[in-house]
Amino acid sequence: MAQFRVCPDSGFYFDKSAESLMKANAVAGAVALLIAGIMALGVILTRWQEVHLLPADLFYQVLTAHGINALIFWVIFFEMAILYFASSTLLRTRLAAPNWAWAGFVLMLIGAVMNNIAVLQGNSSVMMTSYVPMQAAPHFYLGLILFAVGALIGCFVFLGTLVIAKDDQTYQGSIPLVTFGALTAAIIAIFTIASGAIILVPTFLWSIGYINHIDAEMYRVIWWAMGHSSQQINVAAHVSVWYLIVGIMFNARPMSEKVSRFAFLLYIFFLQLASAHHILVDPGISAEWKIFNTSYAMYLAVLASMIHGLTVPGSMEVAQRARGLTKGMFEWLRKAPWGNPVFSGFFFALVIFGFIGGITGVVMGTEQINLIIHNTIYVPAHFHATVAVGTTLTFMALTYLLIPVLFRRQLFLPWMAKLQPYVFSAGMTMMILFLLGAGTLGVSRRHWDMDFTGAALSFEYPGTAYMMMSLGGIGGVLAALGGAMYLLVTVGSLIFGKKLEASAGFLQSFGVPLADSVYNIEQPEQLARAPMPVEQHGSGGFEAPGTFVLALALLVCFVVYYFINWDYLASVWPMG
Amino acid sequence: MSTFLPPSDRIWWKVPVGRQEIIWIGIALVWCLIMFFMMPYWHVYGKQNLSTEAYQTTPEKYGAEVEAMIEKYKTGEQSGMPVVTPPAGSDVYMLGRLWQWYPILKLEKNKTYRLHLSSMDWQHGFSLQPVNINLQVVPGYEMVIKITPDQAGEYTVVCNEFCGIGHHTMLGKIYVGEN
Repeated sequence: MAQFRVCPDSGFYFDKSAESLMKANAVAGAVALLIAGIMALGVILTRWQEVHLLPADLFYQVLTAHGINALIFWVIFFEMAILYFASSTLLRTRLAAPNWAWAGFVLMLIGAVMNNIAVLQGNSSVMMTSYVPMQAAPHFYLGLILFAVGALIGCFVFLGTLVIAKDDQTYQGSIPLVTFGALTAAIIAIFTIASGAIILVPTFLWSIGYINHIDAEMYRVIWWAMGHSSQQINVAAHVSVWYLIVGIMFNARPMSEKVSRFAFLLYIFFLQLASAHHILVDPGISAEWKIFNTSYAMYLAVLASMIHGLTVPGSMEVAQRARGLTKGMFEWLRKAPWGNPVFSGFFFALVIFGFIGGITGVVMGTEQINLIIHNTIYVPAHFHATVAVGTTLTFMALTYLLIPVLFRRQLFLPWMAKLQPYVFSAGMTMMILFLLGAGTLGVSRRHWDMDFTGAALSFEYPGTAYMMMSLGGIGGVLAALGGAMYLLVTVGSLIFGKKLEASAGFLQSFGVPLADSVYNIEQPEQLARAPMPVEQHGSGGFEAPGTFVLALALLVCFVVYYFINWDYLASVWPMG
Repeated sequence: MSTFLPPSDRIWWKVPVGRQEIIWIGIALVWCLIMFFMMPYWHVYGKQNLSTEAYQTTPEKYGAEVEAMIEKYKTGEQSGMPVVTPPAGSDVYMLGRLWQWYPILKLEKNKTYRLHLSSMDWQHGFSLQPVNINLQVVPGYEMVIKITPDQAGEYTVVCNEFCGIGHHTMLGKIYVGEN
């Protein structure tokens, strides 16, 4: 039975059911992003003290919905699409158990809708973290559990697909690096979901009265084994997408298969220890536990990210130099396709993730430095650099690639797509930098009113803190505009974009497969190994000197900023 | 192209790694180790470390401890809240509840106190401003930290863990006087 089509532009083979699943998951993710984006505006316009848009109850409700939709539903739906792409499409194989994959998708959908309804009803404004003993409605937890079970099924379908590809010998040698990265993400996802089950199932039972007590500290430790690890799925997934994008756009090969894969392996071993980042100023946790876990066992996962930070742009530089862009340190970068949103989105995501997200994350995850940062607005500033730019912008960039390849549509409003990564990155960067500043001045996260209206006592933050929150607000609005541009281009392309396949019907964009005649391939040819590289480029064994300079710049920023924070810590009250 | 194709060398793990990557991995590893050892170093030589002393408790038990201190050392009232001036160097108690930090403490500069913290209901965040010291306050756990206020002045405890609709009204005070 013929079930593959080949994309005439990219040469990728799409299995019929895998293709529909990718589309359905990507569309569901975009819907979650839309909700998250609308909620984001409510959050940012309330924290911008001069505007102070929403009343307190609505603010906390909107903040809860923003967090869950952005950090969980949007990224994980999209990651399911990436898992199916990295297995079925990249390995030219049929998808394992498509019915199970659909069941997983439906569960995720039901879970996401159920959780959103619970938050919308108003008695589950417990924030994404839902710390006990504050209680949400039972279907708040049940929704998350169903969503997680669905995602777990997706992970196993991915693993099954790898097995089928191996059995059917659809490729020669080892799986590609991008698939290896996706495998990393799937393994971390399974760990994450298991942790989530361990804590959310009892919490659900507690919410319906079968268990009478959940220890608040135990909840924090285990919940964060899910909460933080789920963000590590994102890291593994978006780094894989970075490798995919440099491969597709520049014909790049990894500088070293061994180094890049080893770095992914370090993620599997150490990234999930990051639960500790949230427990550093909690009662009664031993210093040894905190030091070992917060540093991912001597920063070995940070080492992995620093390796990818060199090898991702490094592979691009080597490929660009091989094409003759060898002048000076940075011709390869200057002459990159800056007008192509796939590239600009990827590159901004890489730089902002590394320079802002990575550095602030390590600094605030340092055991003692966390004392001056915990629960300030510095924390959301950090994870907007990692998730809202690092992951989300990467996925946006990938979407611009998928619209023609997967959805077979031309981009709608290409000029807007071209501008979008610039607007989104500029807005996000502005918001992040000012919120980092406000956090350093002690402004709290998850806080409705920095004027403390109605409090018996009073406190006034310095004027600079207000100014930073306002400038952060302006940045946030700009970022929301960038997000809206993305959704407009994406949805517009699916509805109004010119069809690249004559036989494509209206519904095919939304997940319904193309006409049967398009799926005219029984089994694609075996995927051959990548061609051997012709020769090495660069000077004195330094293949990518420009990237090396960028990496050293990152290191200098890192070292300076790290010790500035120790210095700041040294100025607060002695305690022990 | 081979980022998404099977590696060109079948035995890719035997392909030697380039000099540039080796140097970078070396630099990065050294930096990682420096960052790692900064934490134990600070435990020995630094002055800001979080104590790990903590006890399991209940709201009733902890509340009684707080009230006992208030009864002994109460020296005034502000906005309906007791102001307590415990002896220098003693155990001082503060509790978080919906929505106040209770009671108000008066401390002396450069004296070390054992500050006890716990919550009577939900989780709260002890955020001392403007020094910017932030601690998680968890119900069921009594945390004891040694603090040495080294500057006189008025300090505010902001709650920075979401605790319901009145979260933004949850403030407390610590006054530090010259001795």
